[in-house]
Amino acid sequence: MKLHVKTTINGEEFEFLCEPRESLLEVLRDRLGLTGSKEGCNNGNCGACNVILDGRLVNSCLVFAAEAAGRAITTIEGIQGPEGLHPLQEKFLEHAALQCGICTPGFIVAAKALLDRNPDPSEAEVRLWLAGNLCRCTGYDKIVRAVLEAAKSTAVVMEK
Amino acid sequence: MKAVMYACPQSLDEAVGLFAQRGPRARPFAGGTDLIVQIREGKKEPDLVVDLKRIPELNELSFQPQRGLVIGAAVPCSQIYEHGKIAGLYPGLIDAVSLIGGIQIQNRATLGGNLCNASPAADGVPPLIVHRAACRIRGPRGERTLPVEKVCAGPGQTALEDDEILVSFHLPAPPERSGARYLRFIPRNEMDIAVAGAASYLELEKDRQTIRGARIALAAVAPTPLLVEEAGGCLAGERAGEELFARAAAICREAARPISDMRGAAWQRRHLVEVLVKRTLQGALQRARGGGASPQGRPGGVNDGPQGRPGGVKEQDS
Repeated sequence: MKLHVKTTINGEEFEFLCEPRESLLEVLRDRLGLTGSKEGCNNGNCGACNVILDGRLVNSCLVFAAEAAGRAITTIEGIQGPEGLHPLQEKFLEHAALQCGICTPGFIVAAKALLDRNPDPSEAEVRLWLAGNLCRCTGYDKIVRAVLEAAKSTAVVMEK
Repeated sequence: MKAVMYACPQSLDEAVGLFAQRGPRARPFAGGTDLIVQIREGKKEPDLVVDLKRIPELNELSFQPQRGLVIGAAVPCSQIYEHGKIAGLYPGLIDAVSLIGGIQIQNRATLGGNLCNASPAADGVPPLIVHRAACRIRGPRGERTLPVEKVCAGPGQTALEDDEILVSFHLPAPPERSGARYLRFIPRNEMDIAVAGAASYLELEKDRQTIRGARIALAAVAPTPLLVEEAGGCLAGERAGEELFARAAAICREAARPISDMRGAAWQRRHLVEVLVKRTLQGALQRARGGGASPQGRPGGVNDGPQGRPGGVKEQDS
Protein backbone atom coordinates (compact mmCIF):
# COMPACT_ATOMS: atom_id res chain seq x y z
CA MET A 1 0.00 0.00 0.00
CA LYS A 2 1.44 3.34 -1.00
CA LEU A 3 1.14 6.48 1.05
CA HIS A 4 0.40 9.87 -0.43
CA VAL A 5 2.61 12.53 1.16
CA LYS A 6 2.56 16.31 0.75
CA THR A 7 5.57 18.21 1.98
CA THR A 8 7.71 21.28 1.40
CA ILE A 9 11.26 20.84 0.14
CA ASN A 10 13.55 23.82 -0.29
CA GLY A 11 10.52 26.12 -0.21
CA GLU A 12 8.67 24.24 -2.93
CA GLU A 13 5.54 22.10 -2.50
CA PHE A 14 6.07 18.44 -3.31
CA GLU A 15 3.70 15.48 -3.48
CA PHE A 16 4.80 11.90 -3.76
CA LEU A 17 3.70 8.30 -3.29
CA CYS A 18 5.90 6.00 -1.23
CA GLU A 19 5.97 2.68 0.59
CA PRO A 20 5.69 3.08 4.37
CA ARG A 21 9.15 1.58 4.88
CA GLU A 22 10.90 3.93 2.48
CA SER A 23 13.26 6.41 4.08
CA LEU A 24 13.19 10.11 3.35
CA LEU A 25 16.62 9.64 1.77
CA GLU A 26 15.30 7.00 -0.65
CA VAL A 27 12.38 9.19 -1.66
CA LEU A 28 14.56 12.28 -2.12
CA ARG A 29 17.00 10.42 -4.32
CA ASP A 30 14.93 7.80 -6.14
CA ARG A 31 11.49 9.37 -6.44
CA LEU A 32 12.15 13.11 -6.49
CA GLY A 33 15.51 13.17 -8.25
CA LEU A 34 17.19 15.17 -5.49
CA THR A 35 20.40 13.17 -5.56
CA GLY A 36 22.53 15.68 -3.67
CA SER A 37 21.88 13.89 -0.39
CA LYS A 38 24.12 10.83 -0.31
CA GLU A 39 23.76 7.37 1.11
CA GLY A 40 26.83 6.47 3.12
CA CYS A 41 26.23 4.05 5.97
CA ASN A 42 22.41 4.01 5.84
CA ASN A 43 22.30 3.58 9.62
CA GLY A 44 22.84 7.01 11.13
CA ASN A 45 26.59 7.03 11.63
CA CYS A 46 28.04 9.00 8.73
CA GLY A 47 25.88 12.08 8.15
CA ALA A 48 26.18 11.99 4.33
CA CYS A 49 22.37 12.10 4.06
CA ASN A 50 21.88 15.10 6.38
CA VAL A 51 18.88 17.34 5.76
CA ILE A 52 17.21 19.99 7.89
CA LEU A 53 13.71 18.94 8.97
CA ASP A 54 11.60 21.71 10.52
CA GLY A 55 14.78 23.54 11.51
CA ARG A 56 16.51 20.48 12.96
CA LEU A 57 19.47 18.63 11.49
CA VAL A 58 18.62 14.96 10.93
CA ASN A 59 19.90 11.90 9.08
CA SER A 60 17.37 11.40 6.29
CA CYS A 61 18.19 7.66 6.26
CA LEU A 62 16.69 7.51 9.78
CA VAL A 63 13.45 9.29 8.86
CA PHE A 64 10.52 7.56 7.19
CA ALA A 65 9.42 9.51 4.12
CA ALA A 66 5.87 9.33 5.49
CA GLU A 67 6.99 11.51 8.40
CA ALA A 68 7.66 14.39 6.02
CA ALA A 69 3.91 15.05 5.66
CA GLY A 70 3.21 18.69 6.39
CA ARG A 71 6.77 19.50 7.29
CA ALA A 72 9.54 21.63 5.78
CA ILE A 73 12.78 20.12 4.54
CA THR A 74 16.00 21.75 3.38
CA THR A 75 18.36 19.58 1.37
CA ILE A 76 21.78 20.41 -0.08
CA GLU A 77 19.97 21.56 -3.24
CA GLY A 78 18.33 24.31 -1.18
CA ILE A 79 21.47 25.70 0.42
CA GLN A 80 22.51 27.87 -2.51
CA GLY A 81 20.81 31.27 -2.61
CA PRO A 82 19.46 33.12 -5.67
CA GLU A 83 22.76 35.00 -5.89
CA GLY A 84 24.82 31.86 -6.23
CA LEU A 85 26.76 29.59 -3.93
CA HIS A 86 26.33 29.83 -0.18
CA PRO A 87 29.46 31.09 1.64
CA LEU A 88 29.89 27.57 3.05
CA GLN A 89 30.01 26.15 -0.46
CA GLU A 90 32.47 28.83 -1.56
CA LYS A 91 34.75 28.22 1.41
CA PHE A 92 34.66 24.45 0.94
CA LEU A 93 35.92 25.05 -2.62
CA GLU A 94 38.47 27.66 -1.60
CA HIS A 95 39.95 25.50 1.17
CA ALA A 96 39.75 22.27 -0.84
CA ALA A 97 37.66 20.84 1.94
CA LEU A 98 36.67 17.84 -0.13
CA GLN A 99 38.23 15.10 -2.14
CA CYS A 100 35.84 12.40 -3.34
CA GLY A 101 32.89 14.58 -2.37
CA ILE A 102 30.49 11.96 -1.03
CA CYS A 103 30.46 13.40 2.48
CA THR A 104 30.41 17.03 1.33
CA PRO A 105 26.65 17.64 1.04
CA GLY A 106 26.15 16.26 4.54
CA PHE A 107 28.92 18.40 5.96
CA ILE A 108 27.57 21.53 4.29
CA VAL A 109 24.00 20.92 5.45
CA ALA A 110 25.24 20.16 8.99
CA ALA A 111 27.41 23.28 9.01
CA LYS A 112 24.48 25.34 7.72
CA ALA A 113 22.35 24.10 10.62
CA LEU A 114 25.15 25.08 13.01
CA LEU A 115 25.59 28.59 11.59
CA ASP A 116 21.83 29.13 11.60
CA ARG A 117 21.92 28.61 15.38
CA ASN A 118 25.36 29.94 16.18
CA PRO A 119 26.78 32.33 13.58
CA ASP A 120 30.13 32.59 15.38
CA PRO A 121 31.15 29.14 16.62
CA SER A 122 34.51 28.32 18.14
CA GLU A 123 36.68 25.64 16.57
CA ALA A 124 35.75 23.25 19.38
CA GLU A 125 32.07 23.92 18.78
CA VAL A 126 32.45 23.23 15.04
CA ARG A 127 34.30 19.97 15.69
CA LEU A 128 31.76 18.80 18.24
CA TRP A 129 28.81 19.73 16.01
CA LEU A 130 30.33 17.84 13.07
CA ALA A 131 31.05 14.70 15.13
CA GLY A 132 28.14 12.98 13.40
CA ASN A 133 29.66 13.49 9.94
CA LEU A 134 32.39 11.21 8.66
CA CYS A 135 34.95 11.99 5.96
CA ARG A 136 37.20 9.16 4.84
CA CYS A 137 39.56 11.03 2.51
CA THR A 138 40.22 14.74 3.04
CA GLY A 139 40.30 14.66 6.81
CA TYR A 140 38.65 17.16 9.05
CA ASP A 141 41.06 20.10 9.37
CA LYS A 142 40.22 21.63 6.00
CA ILE A 143 36.53 21.13 6.59
CA VAL A 144 36.65 22.80 9.99
CA ARG A 145 38.70 25.67 8.55
CA ALA A 146 36.18 26.13 5.73
CA VAL A 147 33.28 26.29 8.19
CA LEU A 148 35.08 28.81 10.41
CA GLU A 149 35.97 30.96 7.37
CA ALA A 150 32.38 30.81 6.13
CA ALA A 151 31.19 31.94 9.57
CA LYS A 152 33.62 34.87 9.40
CA SER A 153 32.57 35.86 5.89
CA THR A 154 28.84 35.75 6.68
CA ALA A 155 29.50 37.80 9.82
CA VAL A 156 31.17 40.46 7.64
CA VAL A 157 28.21 40.44 5.26
CA MET A 158 25.81 40.85 8.17
CA GLU A 159 27.81 43.79 9.55
CA LYS A 160 27.51 45.56 6.22
CA MET B 1 11.01 -7.71 1.83
CA LYS B 2 7.98 -7.57 4.05
CA ALA B 3 5.42 -4.77 3.72
CA VAL B 4 4.99 -2.51 6.72
CA MET B 5 2.10 -0.17 7.39
CA TYR B 6 2.55 3.27 8.90
CA ALA B 7 0.06 4.96 11.21
CA CYS B 8 0.32 8.38 12.77
CA PRO B 9 -2.36 8.66 15.47
CA GLN B 10 -3.23 12.14 16.73
CA SER B 11 -4.40 11.06 20.17
CA LEU B 12 -3.42 8.63 22.90
CA ASP B 13 -6.76 6.79 22.65
CA GLU B 14 -6.31 6.29 18.94
CA ALA B 15 -2.81 4.88 19.53
CA VAL B 16 -4.01 2.60 22.33
CA GLY B 17 -6.71 1.29 19.97
CA LEU B 18 -4.12 0.45 17.31
CA PHE B 19 -2.00 -1.53 19.76
CA ALA B 20 -5.07 -3.25 21.21
CA GLN B 21 -5.89 -4.51 17.70
CA ARG B 22 -2.42 -5.47 16.57
CA GLY B 23 -0.60 -6.39 19.77
CA PRO B 24 2.95 -7.61 19.10
CA ARG B 25 2.62 -7.01 15.34
CA ALA B 26 2.68 -3.25 15.94
CA ARG B 27 5.78 -1.36 17.04
CA PRO B 28 5.83 2.06 18.69
CA PHE B 29 7.96 4.51 16.74
CA ALA B 30 9.38 7.81 17.97
CA GLY B 31 12.90 8.90 17.00
CA GLY B 32 13.45 5.89 14.76
CA THR B 33 17.19 5.80 15.40
CA ASP B 34 16.96 2.16 16.48
CA LEU B 35 13.72 0.92 14.90
CA ILE B 36 14.35 2.04 11.32
CA VAL B 37 17.74 0.33 11.33
CA GLN B 38 16.28 -2.82 12.92
CA ILE B 39 13.55 -3.00 10.26
CA ARG B 40 16.05 -2.38 7.48
CA GLU B 41 18.30 -5.15 8.76
CA GLY B 42 15.37 -7.56 9.19
CA LYS B 43 15.86 -7.76 12.96
CA LYS B 44 12.33 -6.50 13.58
CA GLU B 45 9.47 -7.22 11.20
CA PRO B 46 6.37 -5.40 12.43
CA ASP B 47 3.16 -5.25 10.37
CA LEU B 48 2.52 -1.74 11.59
CA VAL B 49 4.74 1.11 12.73
CA VAL B 50 2.87 3.53 14.99
CA ASP B 51 4.40 7.00 14.90
CA LEU B 52 3.81 8.49 18.35
CA LYS B 53 5.24 11.93 17.65
CA ARG B 54 1.93 13.72 17.07
CA ILE B 55 0.31 12.66 20.34
CA PRO B 56 0.25 15.63 22.74
CA GLU B 57 0.92 13.62 25.93
CA LEU B 58 4.05 12.13 24.43
CA ASN B 59 5.38 15.57 23.50
CA GLU B 60 4.94 17.22 26.87
CA LEU B 61 8.02 18.81 28.43
CA SER B 62 7.21 20.85 31.49
CA PHE B 63 8.44 21.59 34.98
CA GLN B 64 6.42 22.77 37.94
CA PRO B 65 7.82 22.94 41.48
CA GLN B 66 4.94 20.86 42.93
CA ARG B 67 4.57 18.40 40.10
CA GLY B 68 8.20 18.05 39.14
CA LEU B 69 9.32 17.32 35.60
CA VAL B 70 7.26 15.63 32.91
CA ILE B 71 9.10 14.38 29.84
CA GLY B 72 6.92 12.92 27.10
CA ALA B 73 8.28 9.64 25.80
CA ALA B 74 8.64 11.08 22.28
CA VAL B 75 10.54 14.28 23.20
CA PRO B 76 13.95 14.30 21.48
CA CYS B 77 17.17 14.72 23.48
CA SER B 78 18.00 18.15 22.07
CA GLN B 79 14.72 19.63 23.30
CA ILE B 80 15.54 18.39 26.78
CA TYR B 81 18.98 19.98 27.01
CA GLU B 82 17.75 23.18 25.38
CA HIS B 83 15.05 23.59 28.04
CA GLY B 84 16.39 26.33 30.30
CA LYS B 85 14.98 25.04 33.59
CA ILE B 86 15.90 21.39 33.35
CA ALA B 87 19.67 21.81 33.07
CA GLY B 88 20.04 23.27 36.53
CA LEU B 89 17.57 20.93 38.20
CA TYR B 90 18.33 17.58 36.61
CA PRO B 91 21.98 17.88 35.64
CA GLY B 92 22.60 14.12 35.61
CA LEU B 93 19.97 13.74 32.93
CA ILE B 94 21.39 16.58 30.87
CA ASP B 95 24.83 14.92 30.97
CA ALA B 96 23.30 11.87 29.30
CA VAL B 97 21.03 13.45 26.68
CA SER B 98 23.93 15.67 25.58
CA LEU B 99 26.21 12.73 24.79
CA ILE B 100 23.87 10.31 23.04
CA GLY B 101 25.03 10.20 19.39
CA GLY B 102 25.76 13.38 17.44
CA ILE B 103 23.48 16.38 16.87
CA GLN B 104 21.54 14.52 14.16
CA ILE B 105 20.72 11.71 16.56
CA GLN B 106 19.97 14.05 19.49
CA ASN B 107 17.40 15.80 17.29
CA ARG B 108 15.51 12.52 16.88
CA ALA B 109 16.36 10.08 19.64
CA THR B 110 14.08 10.07 22.67
CA LEU B 111 14.36 8.91 26.28
CA GLY B 112 11.26 6.78 25.73
CA GLY B 113 13.01 4.98 22.90
CA ASN B 114 16.23 4.75 24.89
CA LEU B 115 14.38 2.94 27.68
CA CYS B 116 12.14 0.78 25.48
CA ASN B 117 14.89 -0.28 23.06
CA ALA B 118 16.29 -1.72 26.29
CA SER B 119 19.98 -1.77 25.52
CA PRO B 120 21.97 -2.47 28.70
CA ALA B 121 24.24 0.39 27.56
CA ALA B 122 21.46 3.01 27.26
CA ASP B 123 22.98 6.29 28.50
CA GLY B 124 19.65 7.88 29.36
CA VAL B 125 18.46 5.24 31.77
CA PRO B 126 20.86 5.40 34.78
CA PRO B 127 20.27 9.16 35.22
CA LEU B 128 16.49 8.63 35.03
CA ILE B 129 16.84 5.98 37.73
CA VAL B 130 18.90 8.11 40.11
CA HIS B 131 16.57 11.08 39.56
CA ARG B 132 13.73 8.71 40.62
CA ALA B 133 11.81 8.83 37.37
CA ALA B 134 8.51 6.96 37.15
CA CYS B 135 6.98 5.81 33.87
CA ARG B 136 3.37 6.47 32.97
CA ILE B 137 2.23 3.49 30.92
CA ARG B 138 -1.06 3.25 29.06
CA GLY B 139 -2.78 0.24 27.57
CA PRO B 140 -6.24 -1.11 26.76
CA ARG B 141 -6.68 -2.16 30.42
CA GLY B 142 -5.97 1.33 31.69
CA GLU B 143 -3.00 3.17 33.08
CA ARG B 144 -0.21 2.16 35.43
CA THR B 145 2.99 3.63 36.81
CA LEU B 146 6.33 1.88 37.19
CA PRO B 147 9.70 3.15 38.36
CA VAL B 148 12.17 3.21 35.46
CA GLU B 149 14.36 0.50 37.00
CA LYS B 150 11.36 -1.86 37.06
CA VAL B 151 10.75 -1.35 33.33
CA CYS B 152 14.15 -2.77 32.35
CA ALA B 153 13.78 -6.55 32.04
CA GLY B 154 16.74 -7.68 29.94
CA PRO B 155 18.57 -6.90 26.71
CA GLY B 156 15.86 -5.74 24.30
CA GLN B 157 13.13 -6.50 26.84
CA THR B 158 10.91 -4.34 29.01
CA ALA B 159 8.13 -4.92 31.51
CA LEU B 160 5.63 -3.34 29.10
CA GLU B 161 3.00 -5.60 27.55
CA ASP B 162 2.84 -5.70 23.75
CA ASP B 163 -0.26 -3.52 23.74
CA GLU B 164 1.06 -0.92 26.19
CA ILE B 165 2.62 2.45 25.39
CA LEU B 166 5.12 4.39 27.45
CA VAL B 167 3.53 7.84 27.67
CA SER B 168 5.87 9.92 29.81
CA PHE B 169 8.47 10.11 32.54
CA HIS B 170 7.69 11.85 35.82
CA LEU B 171 10.59 13.08 37.92
CA PRO B 172 10.00 14.57 41.36
CA ALA B 173 11.29 18.10 41.90
CA PRO B 174 14.82 17.85 43.22
CA PRO B 175 15.22 18.86 46.88
CA GLU B 176 17.59 21.62 47.90
CA ARG B 177 21.27 20.71 48.11
CA SER B 178 20.97 17.82 45.67
CA GLY B 179 22.98 17.10 42.56
CA ALA B 180 23.66 14.36 40.05
CA ARG B 181 26.24 13.42 37.46
CA TYR B 182 26.43 10.88 34.64
CA LEU B 183 29.66 9.77 33.01
CA ARG B 184 30.47 6.97 30.61
CA PHE B 185 33.63 5.56 29.18
CA ILE B 186 34.01 5.27 25.41
CA PRO B 187 37.29 4.80 23.54
CA ARG B 188 36.69 7.83 21.30
CA ASN B 189 35.38 11.29 22.10
CA GLU B 190 31.95 11.18 20.45
CA MET B 191 29.43 8.96 18.73
CA ASP B 192 30.03 5.69 20.55
CA ILE B 193 28.28 3.24 22.84
CA ALA B 194 29.23 3.09 26.51
CA VAL B 195 31.75 0.47 27.58
CA ALA B 196 30.55 1.32 31.07
CA GLY B 197 28.55 4.18 32.56
CA ALA B 198 27.58 5.45 35.99
CA ALA B 199 25.07 7.94 37.36
CA SER B 200 25.25 9.24 40.93
CA TYR B 201 22.79 11.37 42.85
CA LEU B 202 23.48 12.98 46.22
CA GLU B 203 21.34 14.96 48.61
CA LEU B 204 23.07 16.82 51.46
CA GLU B 205 22.06 17.96 54.93
CA LYS B 206 22.19 21.66 55.79
CA ASP B 207 25.85 21.38 56.81
CA ARG B 208 26.65 20.54 53.16
CA GLN B 209 28.91 17.72 54.39
CA THR B 210 26.57 14.99 55.58
CA ILE B 211 24.79 12.92 52.97
CA ARG B 212 21.05 12.66 53.48
CA GLY B 213 20.40 10.27 50.62
CA ALA B 214 22.15 8.85 47.58
CA ARG B 215 21.38 6.76 44.53
CA ILE B 216 23.82 5.13 42.12
CA ALA B 217 22.95 3.37 38.85
CA LEU B 218 25.21 1.71 36.28
CA ALA B 219 25.12 1.19 32.52
CA ALA B 220 26.57 -1.55 30.30
CA VAL B 221 27.73 -3.84 33.13
CA ALA B 222 24.67 -6.10 33.52
CA PRO B 223 21.77 -7.36 31.34
CA THR B 224 19.86 -4.20 32.34
CA PRO B 225 20.80 -0.80 33.72
CA LEU B 226 21.48 -1.47 37.38
CA LEU B 227 20.34 0.44 40.46
CA VAL B 228 22.83 -0.41 43.24
CA GLU B 229 20.75 0.35 46.31
CA GLU B 230 23.38 -0.95 48.72
CA ALA B 231 25.94 1.54 47.39
CA GLY B 232 23.56 4.47 47.81
CA GLY B 233 22.56 3.16 51.23
CA CYS B 234 26.13 3.03 52.53
CA LEU B 235 26.47 6.78 51.90
CA ALA B 236 23.39 7.92 53.83
CA GLY B 237 24.15 9.62 57.11
CA GLU B 238 27.89 9.72 56.40
CA ARG B 239 30.22 12.63 55.78
CA ALA B 240 31.06 13.05 52.10
CA GLY B 241 34.67 12.28 51.29
CA GLU B 242 37.01 10.27 49.11
CA GLU B 243 37.23 7.23 51.37
CA LEU B 244 33.48 6.99 51.66
CA PHE B 245 33.06 7.34 47.90
CA ALA B 246 35.67 4.62 47.36
CA ARG B 247 33.58 2.32 49.58
CA ALA B 248 30.46 2.95 47.48
CA ALA B 249 32.49 2.45 44.31
CA ALA B 250 33.77 -0.91 45.57
CA ILE B 251 30.21 -2.04 46.27
CA CYS B 252 29.23 -1.09 42.71
CA ARG B 253 32.21 -2.98 41.34
CA GLU B 254 30.96 -6.09 43.13
CA ALA B 255 27.37 -5.53 42.01
CA ALA B 256 28.39 -5.26 38.35
CA ARG B 257 27.90 -8.42 36.29
CA PRO B 258 29.61 -7.44 33.05
CA ILE B 259 30.32 -9.58 30.03
CA SER B 260 33.34 -9.42 27.74
CA ASP B 261 32.49 -8.37 24.20
CA MET B 262 33.83 -6.30 21.31
CA ARG B 263 33.59 -3.10 23.38
CA GLY B 264 35.48 -4.23 26.44
CA ALA B 265 36.49 -7.05 28.73
CA ALA B 266 34.60 -7.87 31.92
CA TRP B 267 37.60 -7.00 34.14
CA GLN B 268 37.98 -3.64 32.39
CA ARG B 269 34.30 -2.86 32.88
CA ARG B 270 34.54 -3.66 36.59
CA HIS B 271 37.52 -1.34 36.86
CA LEU B 272 35.68 1.38 34.94
CA VAL B 273 32.66 1.11 37.21
CA GLU B 274 34.82 1.85 40.21
CA VAL B 275 36.47 4.85 38.54
CA LEU B 276 33.22 6.24 37.15
CA VAL B 277 31.31 5.88 40.41
CA LYS B 278 33.98 7.81 42.31
CA ARG B 279 34.06 10.55 39.69
CA THR B 280 30.29 10.86 39.41
CA LEU B 281 29.96 11.02 43.20
CA GLN B 282 32.49 13.86 43.25
CA GLY B 283 30.60 15.57 40.44
CA ALA B 284 27.25 15.10 42.15
CA LEU B 285 28.73 16.45 45.40
CA GLN B 286 30.01 19.57 43.66
CA ARG B 287 26.64 20.17 42.09
CA ALA B 288 24.78 19.50 45.34
CA ARG B 289 26.95 22.13 46.99
CA GLY B 290 26.06 24.54 44.21
CA GLY B 291 29.48 24.66 42.59
CA GLY B 292 29.74 23.80 38.92
CA ALA B 293 26.10 22.96 39.23
CA SER B 294 25.17 23.03 35.59
CA PRO B 295 26.22 20.29 33.22
CA GLN B 296 29.34 20.91 31.24
CA GLY B 297 28.02 19.84 27.87
CA ARG B 298 29.32 16.72 26.32
CA PRO B 299 32.14 15.10 28.23
CA GLY B 300 34.60 13.23 26.06
CA GLY B 301 34.98 9.77 27.49
CA VAL B 302 35.62 9.97 31.20
CA ASN B 303 37.55 13.22 30.86
CA ASP B 304 34.94 15.85 31.37
CA GLY B 305 36.44 18.89 29.75
CA PRO B 306 34.76 22.25 30.16
CA GLN B 307 33.29 22.17 26.68
CA GLY B 308 30.26 24.30 26.09
CA ARG B 309 27.29 23.08 24.17
CA PRO B 310 27.61 23.92 20.50
CA GLY B 311 24.98 25.84 18.67
CA GLY B 312 25.10 28.83 20.96
CA VAL B 313 22.74 27.25 23.43
CA LYS B 314 23.30 28.90 26.76
CA GLU B 315 23.32 26.62 29.73
CA GLN B 316 21.58 27.88 32.78
CA ASP B 317 23.17 27.91 36.16
CA SER B 318 20.87 26.60 38.80
